[in-house]
Amino acid sequence: MAIFINKESKVIVQGMTGSEGTKHTGRMLKYGTNIVGGVTPGKGGQSVEIEGKTLPVFNSVAEAVAATGANASVVFVPPKFAKAAVMDAIDAALPLVVVITEGIPVHDAAIFYAHAESKGTTRLIGPNCPGLISPGLSNIGIIPGDITGPGRIGLVSKSGTLTYQMMYELRDIGFSTAVGIGGDPIIGTTHIDCLRAFQDDPDTDAIVMIGEIGGDAEERAAAFISSYVTKPVVGYVAGFTAPEGKTMGHAGAIVSGSSGTAEAKKVALEAAGVKVGKTPSETAALMRAILNG
Amino acid sequence: MDLFEYQARDLFEAHDIPVLAGAVAITADEAERAAATMGGKVVVKAQVKVGGRGKAGGVKLAVDAADARVKAEAILGMDIKGHTVHKVMIAQAAPIAEEYYMAILLDRANRNFLVMASVAGGMEIEEVAHTQPEKLARVGIDPNIGISREKALEIVKAGQFPEGVVSDVADVLLKLWAAFVAEDATLMEINPLVKTEDGRIIALDGKVTLDDNADFRHPDHEALIDHASTNPLEAAAKAKSLNYVKLDGEVGIIGNGAGLVMSTLDVVAYAGEKFGVKPANFLDIGGGASAEVMADGLSIILGDTDVRSVFVNVFGGITSCDAVANGIVKALEMLGDKATKPIVVRLDGNNVLEGRRILNEAAHPLVQQSDTMDGAAAKAAELAAK
Repeated sequence: MAIFINKESKVIVQGMTGSEGTKHTGRMLKYGTNIVGGVTPGKGGQSVEIEGKTLPVFNSVAEAVAATGANASVVFVPPKFAKAAVMDAIDAALPLVVVITEGIPVHDAAIFYAHAESKGTTRLIGPNCPGLISPGLSNIGIIPGDITGPGRIGLVSKSGTLTYQMMYELRDIGFSTAVGIGGDPIIGTTHIDCLRAFQDDPDTDAIVMIGEIGGDAEERAAAFISSYVTKPVVGYVAGFTAPEGKTMGHAGAIVSGSSGTAEAKKVALEAAGVKVGKTPSETAALMRAILNG
Repeated sequence: MDLFEYQARDLFEAHDIPVLAGAVAITADEAERAAATMGGKVVVKAQVKVGGRGKAGGVKLAVDAADARVKAEAILGMDIKGHTVHKVMIAQAAPIAEEYYMAILLDRANRNFLVMASVAGGMEIEEVAHTQPEKLARVGIDPNIGISREKALEIVKAGQFPEGVVSDVADVLLKLWAAFVAEDATLMEINPLVKTEDGRIIALDGKVTLDDNADFRHPDHEALIDHASTNPLEAAAKAKSLNYVKLDGEVGIIGNGAGLVMSTLDVVAYAGEKFGVKPANFLDIGGGASAEVMADGLSIILGDTDVRSVFVNVFGGITSCDAVANGIVKALEMLGDKATKPIVVRLDGNNVLEGRRILNEAAHPLVQQSDTMDGAAAKAAELAAK
C-alpha cells in the first residue's frame, strides 16, 4: 500500500519527446514505473524508444487513455504550453496529474486548478514539484529512486531537495510514499490532502511534514492535524532567516508583511502537537526517536 | 514584481481605469515642469515600494509649479524605511468628497482570486476588516467564470457603496478585473478610490504586483523593472539567470533547490550565533549545477565584499556529486587569484563518494569538506568569524 500511486499506476508522459521529458521517462522506466506512452500534440502516431521500451506518442491525453488505459500523467511541458497540457489531462478525466514544470504563470495554475475542481475527477499534484514516489512500487516525477527503499514513513514537502535530504536522513527506515507538493502559490494537492491520505493508509505509521515560508498552508495543516491525524507527525519549516518581501527561489516562498513567516508556522504546528526540528537532521532524529519509541 | 505608484497609474490608464493626470520626475526641475504643464495645485508623492510614506513626510501638497519644485527638492533623496526616494510623482490635486477601497488579489488559501471592496477607504484595509467588517465585501472569483456586470454590482452593493456611485464603481471593478487578467497581476489595489466633489470616480493611488512567471507573454513588463535600486550583485546574478538574494551577513551560501538553500541559511544562522556571523545571501543554482553555473555562482559570491567564508551545500538528486565536484574544481581554476575566501563543501546523495574523491584529489588550499550539513555550517561560520 501507499498513497496516490502503486504498482498498478499506468503512466503517460506529457512532453515525453522534449529533452527533460525523455531524460526523466528513462529514469522512471529504469525504476520500474509502468510508463505506457506519451503525449505531444502534433506528434501523434510516432513512437519513441526509451530504455529499450517502445513508447507510442499521442496527440491528446484522451487518445492516450483510450489506447493504453493510462490512469496517471506526468507533465514536463514548458511553462508556455503547460496550461493547455494540464487542461487536456483534466478533460480526459485522468485520475492523477503530476505537474513537474516550474515557472507556470499563476493565472494559468488558477485556471487549471479551478477546472479540475469543477470536474472533480482529477487529483493535481504540483505544479513546480518533484512528483511522488512509493518506493518499490512506482515513481512519478523526478525524485531519485535510489535514496531509500520501502518503509513506513509518509513524507509531504513543498521542496524537492529537502524531500531528498529527509529521505536520505531516514534511509535506513524507508518510506511508504514521499510527495513533493510544490512551491508555487497555487498547487493542487496540499499538505492537508497528504496528511489525510497518510492517516488513512494502513502502511504508514508516522508522517514527516516539510513546509517553508509563504502563505498559510502549514497553519491550516496544523489545524487539520489537531482534528484528524492520530499518527505521530514531525515537522520542519525552512526560511526562518528569509527577509520580508523577497521571493526565495520558489515563487510561493515569500514573507509578506508579518504573514507567512517560518516562526508562525512552527508555533502553529507545535500547538497541534507536532514536534518541529530546527534543522533537517534534528527533524530526522525526532522521527527516529518516535519510531524507536 | 511590485510596481511604483506612477507605473500603476500608467497601467490603470492604459486599461481605461479613470485616473488623474500624473507624471514622474527624478529632479526638482522635472517636477516643476510637470506641475506647470498640469497647472493648479499638485501633489508631490515619493515613489517608494513601501507603505507609510505619508506619515514619513513623503507626500506634500504644492500650490503651484514653483512650490512643487520646493517640495520635490525636500522629498527627493529622503529615506523612507530604508528606501531612498529616487523619483517623485506629480499628481493633479482633486477635491475629494469620499474615499473608497477596491482590490483584486491572488488568494493562495482558496486557490482563486479575491475581490475586496469597501465604502471605507483611505486607510489600511486590515483595519477596516478588523473594525468595520460589515463594510468590506470579500468575494472569491472563479478564474474560468470571471466577473459579470451583475456580479460586479452585487459586490459593490455588499461593500456598502452609496446608491449614487454603485454603477460607476462597478464599471471600475470590471475594468480592474480585465486589467488584472490581461497583465497577469497577483495584486491590483486602488486605495483610495475616490469620489470627487464633482461626482467623478477616480483611482487616486494604486498598488500593483505582476507575476514574474508570466513575463514570457509580457515583453513590455521588462521596461517596468527598477534597475536603479536593484542590488548590483542581484542584478549580476540575474544576468546569469541565477536565483540570488543579497542578505546582510558574512557566510556566502550556494546550494541546489530553493528549500534546501532556505534551510541552509537557517542552519548557518543557528551555527553563526556563537560566532556573531550570519548568512550573506540566498543562491540556488538549481538542478543542473554544471561547472559553468558553479563558477558563475562562486564569482558572484566572492564578489560580495561582506563575504568571509563560503558554504557550498549540495544534495545530489538528479545532479550527481561528481559533476558538482568537477564544477567546483573548474570554477576555482577559472577564478584563479580571484578566489580568496575559504570554501566549505558538503556533498551528499547521488555518487557522493566520487564527488568527495575528486575534491580530495584536487586538494585546493581554499576547499575543505564536511560530511554533514550541520557540521559544514558550523565550520563555515567559524571561518567567517576569523
